[in-house]
Amino acid sequence: MFTPARGLVMAVRETRELEAIIHRHGRRPDALLPILHDIQEAHGHVPAGLLLALASALGLSRAEVHGVVSYYRHFRQTPPGRHVVRVCCAEACQAAGAEAVAEHARHHAGDLTVEPVYCLGLCAVGPAVQVDETSLHARMTPDKFDALLRELEQAP
Amino acid sequence: MFVPGDAAALALGADRVAGAIDREARWRGMEVRIVRNGSRGLFWLEPLVEVATSSGRIAYGPVAAEDVPALFDAGLPEGREHPRRLGRIDELPYLARQRRIVMNRVGIVDPGSLGDYLAHGGGRGLERARRMAPAGIVEAVIDAGLRGRGGAAFPTGIKWQTALAAAATPKYVVANADEGDSGTYSDRMLMEGDPFCLIEGMAIAGLAVGATRGYVYVRSEYPHAIARLEAAAAAAADWLRDQSVDFAIEVRKGAGSYVCGEETAMLESIEGRRGEVRAKPPLPAIAGLFGQPTVINNVVTLASVPAILAEGAAGCRDHGVGRSRGTLPFQLAGNIRHGGLVELPFGQTLRELLYDFGGGSRTGRPLRAVQVGGPLGAYLPEAAFDTPLDHEAFAAIGASLGHGGIVAFDDSVDMSRQARYAFAFCAAESCGKCTPCRIGAVRGVELMDQLRAGDGSRIGLLRDLCDTMIHGSLCAMGAMTSNPVLSALDHFPEDFA
Repeated sequence: MFTPARGLVMAVRETRELEAIIHRHGRRPDALLPILHDIQEAHGHVPAGLLLALASALGLSRAEVHGVVSYYRHFRQTPPGRHVVRVCCAEACQAAGAEAVAEHARHHAGDLTVEPVYCLGLCAVGPAVQVDETSLHARMTPDKFDALLRELEQAP
Repeated sequence: MFVPGDAAALALGADRVAGAIDREARWRGMEVRIVRNGSRGLFWLEPLVEVATSSGRIAYGPVAAEDVPALFDAGLPEGREHPRRLGRIDELPYLARQRRIVMNRVGIVDPGSLGDYLAHGGGRGLERARRMAPAGIVEAVIDAGLRGRGGAAFPTGIKWQTALAAAATPKYVVANADEGDSGTYSDRMLMEGDPFCLIEGMAIAGLAVGATRGYVYVRSEYPHAIARLEAAAAAAADWLRDQSVDFAIEVRKGAGSYVCGEETAMLESIEGRRGEVRAKPPLPAIAGLFGQPTVINNVVTLASVPAILAEGAAGCRDHGVGRSRGTLPFQLAGNIRHGGLVELPFGQTLRELLYDFGGGSRTGRPLRAVQVGGPLGAYLPEAAFDTPLDHEAFAAIGASLGHGGIVAFDDSVDMSRQARYAFAFCAAESCGKCTPCRIGAVRGVELMDQLRAGDGSRIGLLRDLCDTMIHGSLCAMGAMTSNPVLSALDHFPEDFA
């Protein structure tokens, strides 16, 4: 299906947003990570269509920007699910039963993005889970995870 | 009343408790001011609510939102009796037996208030440093015997001296807040509970070496610490100007790369590139951020500096053993009953920490192994629990204290699985710049799978691989992955049979 008009409108809006973000941080190569964080905050991911414009604004090549986006686990190149649920799988949480939680979470994710994270700094109260970089949950079990999922389903 | 805003307390429902206290107080027509303090670090008691009374701060915990009406009925605002009442917070044995120096304001002050920080002794180190010559500040830090708290334990003053002697300008101060080691959270607690202390330490470092700009590189997994620091950096900007200190701080958010905790990878990341390590030399103190002289110190290291300037070097130097001077905030983690932050002078034993403070495992089963010093630290069996906690004693048994994180495992742990995980973690986190780490980690996972499938003949090759990674890797990521692997193999051979 060919829908040029819609794509064009999107592109204009995205370009304006990108300009504003770049303006906020400055046209310097070392502003790249803060800019990528803001892009991800606005879009939920870093759209590939923005990389060329971003690269030329900072005096970088598209390959350099792509290299940075793909290097850092935090930056996602595709849109995430309705919520992003991070399950800590590092040693301290492993010692408290994180593998069972992670395994359970993988099978019951539904339309959520479930991904491992290596340490949330909640090592005395693990297994730990973080939702959308906002809420934190300690001493997680498969049962408590199901309750959390129900809560997220009811949330707007 | 104090209800912690610390991330671990939040994970246990501290926001709901604060909300319930606020509602209950309004409903009863009482005026209650709720301060969101940092955590005292007694995590099995979180959310831990404190009430300021004429006889000191009275603690209650763990408190659930549902407990709040009954607590008010019993007289919570006056600090009266209740089954959740723990007594005076500073008399709880877990705290009373510690020696809190760097973490001495965490859990006590309002981390959102610069005024509260100054009222609790903050700012005096910077005030003194302003009246000293740069070389004098460096001398004080050397005299204190302060070594880096991030893991490598390099003498801080020597690093500063190198940066001071470098002629090029501008110079930079970078606070390494990329606390990626599992089992460690003292940086996080300090940033969330006493952020101005880190800022003061950075400003003093700036005066010492002649830097006017500082970066705090915080991992993206710590959004609450980032928010606290950004607010504190904004509030401190005016204060630093009032102190006639020309120093500006920028908070930089990481992006989920463990290697960026390695100092040169961190510099690459701040400069906007992939977090690949740089070959040393040149040392960052001579050619670091943007090629300029740069002091890079861990959060707890920098936060240790204000007290050294304010109280004198002896406050640090007179604690500890051998070349490990001062105190270290140890962090009890994993399968442990009383997990939490224990700041002690170097020299106590693992056993004291695990049993006297930690109370053994959370599951009630015997402790079988502990990993000290993060994912690149060694696994130690019970036979090593009497090792004194000091850098040299740990090095002597092929281990490292690192950042002071101690992860406990009970007897259900499979050590060959932990060894496999060490390689898998290295494979996932390797920056890819050097071959021993990039390829070695993947081969290590394969070898461990063969071993675990019953092919015992692979142990020789496994040791060869570790040897290659130790001697051929560019940084600690590849070189130290052998620590958990070989220690698991040497101390728990029955799990590899």
